[in-house]
Amino acid sequence: MNYLELLKLASPEAIVVITALAVLVVGLTSDRAVILCSFIAALGLALTVGAVLMLPHNATLFGGMLVITPLNSLFKIICIALAFFTVLLARSDRASRNPGEYLAMLLLATIGLMLLVGSEEFLMIFIGLELLGLSLYVMAAFDKTDLRSAEAGLKYFLFGSTASAFTLFGISLIYGMSGTTGLAAISEKLATASVQPLLAVGIVMTLIGFAFKIAAAPFHLWAPDAYQGAPVPSGAFIASGSKVASFVVLGKIVLVGFAPMHGSADWHAMVAGWSPVLAALSALSILLGNLVALAQTNVRRLLAYSAVAHAGYTLLGLVAGGRDGFSATLFYTTVYAITLVGAFGVVAVVRRVTGGDDFADFSGLWMHSPLLAGCMAIFMLSLAGIPPLAGFFGKFYLFSAALRAGTNHGLLWLVALALFGSLISLYYYLIVLKVIFVDAAAADTSLKPESYRSDLLQRGVITVLAAAVLVLGIMPETLAARIIASLP
Amino acid sequence: MIAWTIYITFGGALVLLFLPRVVSRWIALLTTVAGFAISLIALFQTAIVDLADFKTIARIPWVPMLGMEYHLAVDGISLTMALVTGLVALTAVLFSWDVEHRQNEFFFWLLLVVAGSYGVFLSADLFLLFLFYELVIVPKYFLIAIWGSTNKEYGAMKLTLYSFFGGALVFIGILAIYVTAGSLDLNQLVQFQFPPQLQLWGFPVLFLGFGVLAGVWPLHTWAPTGHVAAPTAGSMLLAGIVMKLGAYGGLRVAMNLFPQGFHMWSTWIAVLAVIGIVYAAAVALRQCDLKFVIGYSSVSHMGFVLLGLATANALGVSGAVLQMFSHGVIAALLFAVAGRMLYRRTHTRELDALSIMNLSRALPFAAFTFVIASAASMGIPGFSGFAAEITILVGAWKAFPIAVWITGAGMVLVAAFTLRALQQSFFGESSATTPVGSAALSGDAKSSSASLTLITSSAERSIHPPEVAPITLPEKWGACLLMLTTLAVGLYPKVLLDRIQPAVEAMTFLK
Repeated sequence: MNYLELLKLASPEAIVVITALAVLVVGLTSDRAVILCSFIAALGLALTVGAVLMLPHNATLFGGMLVITPLNSLFKIICIALAFFTVLLARSDRASRNPGEYLAMLLLATIGLMLLVGSEEFLMIFIGLELLGLSLYVMAAFDKTDLRSAEAGLKYFLFGSTASAFTLFGISLIYGMSGTTGLAAISEKLATASVQPLLAVGIVMTLIGFAFKIAAAPFHLWAPDAYQGAPVPSGAFIASGSKVASFVVLGKIVLVGFAPMHGSADWHAMVAGWSPVLAALSALSILLGNLVALAQTNVRRLLAYSAVAHAGYTLLGLVAGGRDGFSATLFYTTVYAITLVGAFGVVAVVRRVTGGDDFADFSGLWMHSPLLAGCMAIFMLSLAGIPPLAGFFGKFYLFSAALRAGTNHGLLWLVALALFGSLISLYYYLIVLKVIFVDAAAADTSLKPESYRSDLLQRGVITVLAAAVLVLGIMPETLAARIIASLP
Repeated sequence: MIAWTIYITFGGALVLLFLPRVVSRWIALLTTVAGFAISLIALFQTAIVDLADFKTIARIPWVPMLGMEYHLAVDGISLTMALVTGLVALTAVLFSWDVEHRQNEFFFWLLLVVAGSYGVFLSADLFLLFLFYELVIVPKYFLIAIWGSTNKEYGAMKLTLYSFFGGALVFIGILAIYVTAGSLDLNQLVQFQFPPQLQLWGFPVLFLGFGVLAGVWPLHTWAPTGHVAAPTAGSMLLAGIVMKLGAYGGLRVAMNLFPQGFHMWSTWIAVLAVIGIVYAAAVALRQCDLKFVIGYSSVSHMGFVLLGLATANALGVSGAVLQMFSHGVIAALLFAVAGRMLYRRTHTRELDALSIMNLSRALPFAAFTFVIASAASMGIPGFSGFAAEITILVGAWKAFPIAVWITGAGMVLVAAFTLRALQQSFFGESSATTPVGSAALSGDAKSSSASLTLITSSAERSIHPPEVAPITLPEKWGACLLMLTTLAVGLYPKVLLDRIQPAVEAMTFLK
């Protein structure tokens, strides 16, 4: 293994690092930092996509520390795309007072995502997790003028570091039992081992760290404050990129590393393993997320609780396991991430114009900007699972995979619970749409409709994301077939 | 060709978003006329022998990895339902000619409901059918919440959540079918033998899920509030089309795919249907709001559809399909009179308030239409309601003789509340006797001055009919179209029954 080859295989990560440094320098030196920095960051990310496409099909470095497979490459591209849209949204946010630093943190977080996605080894996964986490803590606390932002950052940091400690402890226990940190090697060792209490503790502790990352109940307590308080682009990135990468890694850990310990979550036929644990997390998230979201009056807080519920739905695919289940999970989380970036984009515009993101600030949005209102309708209805939007197909795929997995419809209880949850969720998504479309606009003459139209780029990004949600709903094959083809 | 109803209607909806509002109602009219014409031609051009099987008319792979197809097919039942969709959609546009507030959007949502309904009736792929079925839900919310009246946001939300709840049940049933049989093609699934255990729980889940939209008791409560809150066109679509989606789904999916499950549960469906007929009719008898009366009457009439389906014989089920058609037309007519002709002019639907307005003299055409609609609704021979209900009852006689007895009593109630509504709304007391005379008689010296003014004012109003705008041309066209249809089908029901019956006889569940 020579260094040239290493550089070649790690070129996407290297490009992002260079971009991050360049952005940092430009941010410190230039007067027109905002535009220049976002341009450089966007360009760097675009180049990175190119570099990912140039990678060989399959390669493994250092016993799984860096693995290149079609799946990893696909999700690297998806993560980069999410970062790209976040960069574009960040351009006109208040937090971009120090655009160089902000975008550099965003790019560092992106590297974290790429390492997470591109590794099949516990140590590297942990490094990726920490790099991602630390960058996101800073991004959450970035708005120095806003007390809520500081609160968001601190809460996220405290919960996050505790969760990381759990994960590290769990990893060390598993290392102690199996003597290796590579996922495939662990799987081989576990296949011959019986379920011992120590191993169970190790597995559960590892899962806790990821349950925190995906905001599954009861490890979701940071989410409402982080979503609501953090600067809008940070919130969007926490909700999208971080979640997608976490699901990819979580899926790989449980379906590859812990494969022999699958267990079963079937009704009346539970078998000890990780899948009953995930099933419990999923059920709790669906119930708690949806019920608490009913009481919210702030759009971002509502999105946070709905994120908890969606983490629950997405876990369903992992509980089901297998190629189908994993593919359904990946499709759903990708669609969810795209939707949330778009929804946060709309929130960003409304927040810039009205100064807040409570329901009242959205009232009569239809009057001021039909385009934004229409896009928000697409995002909300997709989250609720209304056809012909992507969320509907995602749910169908997910639930059918879950139902097929259990013997004799064993997972029907969880599917029924998830459907009941989405019934509840329709209510609060419709309330948001009611505020936008039905309620009269506040009689505030200081608001000019033009101010909604000022930022063409932002509106363009939101429209593209809304179109993506619609297209993925009408032609889901474009993404779903790619995902399933990339799975071994 | 019938597939074009879907494309044209969706196309019309999209076009509406981008054109100026001046032309929006013309676009909507054009779209619905085209849809109606196509469905009319398709129904009568197809040879009757071809209407027996569910024949594919379009089939394109859509998501091959999961076996989903864009697959449309038609038989006599789906063409009949497409025809009533076209007719109600066209008249709904005619009766919304006066909508000024956010016109483009109004017709956009309206056309989405119509397009989705066409889609449900023509789908031969379970996923596609469910997609169209769910697509109809959200437009209804906006139609009611934005353009509705009385308690509109509550009514809209209730209706949407009930629909979605039904949708969730259907979703579970469809997933179970898909996972067990590994296919979504209705024509293939009909051949598949589902295990009895699955049928035992799968049938009620699916049928009740669809039944929510069909207004099956006790899940019917969305219907009256929704109908009352909706704008005129919204009520017409709801009662005329959307409630039929539920009944159609129950027939096409639940009963046809789970015949054994159906036979296990058919008695219970009949029980629910009979309770629905009698209960809703009794409740309608006590309502003060004209639209509530019609809303409950819809639930009662849909009870007949369910009873017909529950009989599991060709006659009863054909009658049920005919009743879907007939009730679609009659309910649309009733809501048009109550919502557009009366409420838009008098701004009240309270029967007590209407009864002193002497409306039969002010709006003779509306009165005439309402008389026809009421007669059809009561089941007077010569109108489609009679033909359909008698077919259902004959079918039910073979399966559940007791149900026919109880239903017979229910029909008396139907007649009672319809006559009450008719009499109070158009032929109130003041027009019956000579108003001046009665006022003079009661106006003796002992009566208090307050009651005196009340009586004189009502007397004055009845002498001079209230100032109301005359019935407009679009209203006349719409009303005539609906009246002619119910009369034509009532006089010669064979024209539809001949097309429905072969399709019903081809179904799997017949005993």
